[in-house]
Amino acid sequence: MPQLETINVALAGNPNVGKSTVFNALTGLKQHTGNWPGKTVESAVGECKTQYEGRELRIVLHDLPGTYSLISHSAEEEVARDYICFEKPDVTLVVVDATCLERNLNLCLQVMELCPKVIVCVNLADEAKRKKIYIDTKRLSALLGAPVCLTSARSNTGLKELLEQTAALALSEDPGRCRRIDYGPVMDVALNMVEQRLPEQAAGLPSRWLALTLLEGEGTPQVERQTGIDFSAFPVLQEALEEGRYLLEKSGIPREKQKDKIVSSLVEEAGKIVGETVSLGKANYNSRDRKIDQIVTSKHWGFPIMLLLLGLIFWITVSAANYPSGLLSSLFGFWEGELEKFCLSLEAPGWVTGLFVQGIFRTLGWVISVMLPPMAIFFPLFTILEDLGYLPRIAFNLDNYFRKAHACGKQALTICQGFGCNAVGVTGCRIISSPRERLIAILTNTFVPCNGRFPTLIAIITMYFTAGLTGVFRSVAGAALLVGVILLGIFLTLVVSRLLSQTVLRGVPSTFTLELPPYRRPQVGKILVRSFLDRTLFVLGRAVAVAAPAGAVIWLMANVQIGDASILTHCASFLDPFARLIGLDGYLLMAFLLGFPANEIVIPIVIMCYLSTGQMMDITDLSLLRDVFTQNGWTVVTAVCTMLFSLVHFPCATTLLTIRKETKSLKWTLLAFFLPLCLGILLCAVTANVMRLFL
Amino acid sequence: MLEPIVTLSELKLGEKGVVADIRGKSADRRRMLDLGIVENTVIEALQKSPSGDPTAYQIRGAVIALRDYEARRISVSRA
Repeated sequence: MPQLETINVALAGNPNVGKSTVFNALTGLKQHTGNWPGKTVESAVGECKTQYEGRELRIVLHDLPGTYSLISHSAEEEVARDYICFEKPDVTLVVVDATCLERNLNLCLQVMELCPKVIVCVNLADEAKRKKIYIDTKRLSALLGAPVCLTSARSNTGLKELLEQTAALALSEDPGRCRRIDYGPVMDVALNMVEQRLPEQAAGLPSRWLALTLLEGEGTPQVERQTGIDFSAFPVLQEALEEGRYLLEKSGIPREKQKDKIVSSLVEEAGKIVGETVSLGKANYNSRDRKIDQIVTSKHWGFPIMLLLLGLIFWITVSAANYPSGLLSSLFGFWEGELEKFCLSLEAPGWVTGLFVQGIFRTLGWVISVMLPPMAIFFPLFTILEDLGYLPRIAFNLDNYFRKAHACGKQALTICQGFGCNAVGVTGCRIISSPRERLIAILTNTFVPCNGRFPTLIAIITMYFTAGLTGVFRSVAGAALLVGVILLGIFLTLVVSRLLSQTVLRGVPSTFTLELPPYRRPQVGKILVRSFLDRTLFVLGRAVAVAAPAGAVIWLMANVQIGDASILTHCASFLDPFARLIGLDGYLLMAFLLGFPANEIVIPIVIMCYLSTGQMMDITDLSLLRDVFTQNGWTVVTAVCTMLFSLVHFPCATTLLTIRKETKSLKWTLLAFFLPLCLGILLCAVTANVMRLFL
Repeated sequence: MLEPIVTLSELKLGEKGVVADIRGKSADRRRMLDLGIVENTVIEALQKSPSGDPTAYQIRGAVIALRDYEARRISVSRA
């Protein structure tokens, strides 16, 4: 059997060029992808096997964060640059967007300075074809001095060839001859001078790139950190650098503009290459996108369309989730009965049946029947919006408000991620480059209800606010109220952001740039499968993992008696006075506390508590449920305050752990816990007491 | 013949400008350069956000939104 050879391939590219799609298609992994910049926040590693000229190859792909450049100093750029520079992959695969080649080539050219073996994957070829953008790949390959492959990763076109070419390049004896970028004659002289005087210790590094970095100077400390070489200890080199800078200065490029000159040379070079390789079938190839933008970001229609879309998604979710929820619930009810019979037949002791069937199994059944249908509907719908490219338009529409709150408009994107899961939203905050604005976004992400909290909100809305309505009106009103809750969440986000930037995170807004990517046709079939498998089942799995032990704990608490009452009653009556103050009751507050690992289980716990002495029932029959709640003292005040507290309380354990990981600071993690908690208590206390005055 | 120099934020929607100069701190300037905004780049003002700021510009084939504050640091001559 032939020996397996390993090839390391770094995957680089601008944000939102389908890098993750290429990665997934090649490795069979399922990184989540979406049509907006900055989706890949965690670098992933995957591998695939292939054969080339009879050799068995194992190709290990390292998905680097998407960046526009490698020269600046954002965290993502450093990760990408350091990997290519110091880990020395055998080949760097640069994914570029066929519909926006010029802008993408900038990064490609920079990678070529770092890595001799580069292969260019011109992705989204299908989109380019549709827009009648023609790319002469042969000419492009000749100009770049690197192999070029045309692919449409979404439909698996061209990937086989890409893999083959990658293997060929990695195995070839040829050291690779990428295009040498023309920085102008004077810069060339200066670079040569520096290159020749580089110390021996730096022999392993790409010399021209190192010369460039040292010459512009800003990147020097970072290279020194990475390599451990103190460049200032080499007088010959320092002399050359000084002379080079002087030369440039004399030719009319002042020192502070020398780095600008390097960057603009790259941009101009990219422009030149595109001029020779790209031809447009129609001059206004993106006129359709512009027309759509003129509507969805227009003064009159921008906001109404945003609200309508959001409302529409919720409406579909609310109205379509009912039926499958009921079905699941009766199914679990049936199974529960069967399990009880089974336990009886085994003559199992009462507490075993109680703990496993009425505790664990029942809670599991409730969580699944309450959670699964809305998620399975909401996630795909939201993913369609995401795939379409609509989310950056939301950020564009809302940026002004975030600017006024001294925050970043991209926070709107992290809020959108928060709808799915706040932990994901927190990780997503990496797309915000200013550390101050990023912290603000992290600390406020919990103000948008995640998917674990939607069922709670939906259940309460349906029970208490839309119960009198029938038919379509009911679901429309439900969706409208849900949109209202979210708007309140966004309003709180803005207020708290502003508050933070005037107190602990003082500062002014930093530079803001946001790309509005071309609209892309969503692949509905793929979305349905993907969002169900990747997101829905993932979130559900987490909920189930938490629900099972929680069910056991609740059952034990409800059935172990201390004195004359169960532990549950003791705890609830202890919490009750305070809970009443903020419009809740002891059981509710305890449910929120027990729901700390995952918010999904709050409502099931509450029901469990209320029913701990009563009989099992179909919890998806909301009118019955409402009766139970009312018997336990619920009023409209309780309903409002529960919704408020669900919207504004401490983040769940997963989110907090993520915040800890992202901020690397206990202080900010604690603030992320107590800030929303205190705000929630305050809001609920005020609301409850004001409402009681009038009711 | 190029018209006199204005800032990017003064371009009306649909108008094009040719970049003449970018002011600002080195790091901020670099961000603009990375986006392809260098001297002689043609930029077209496309669309304003519903609340008036930021504005979307067509820059080297991509659509990039810049806040007024940033756009004022870029001088262009009307093309």
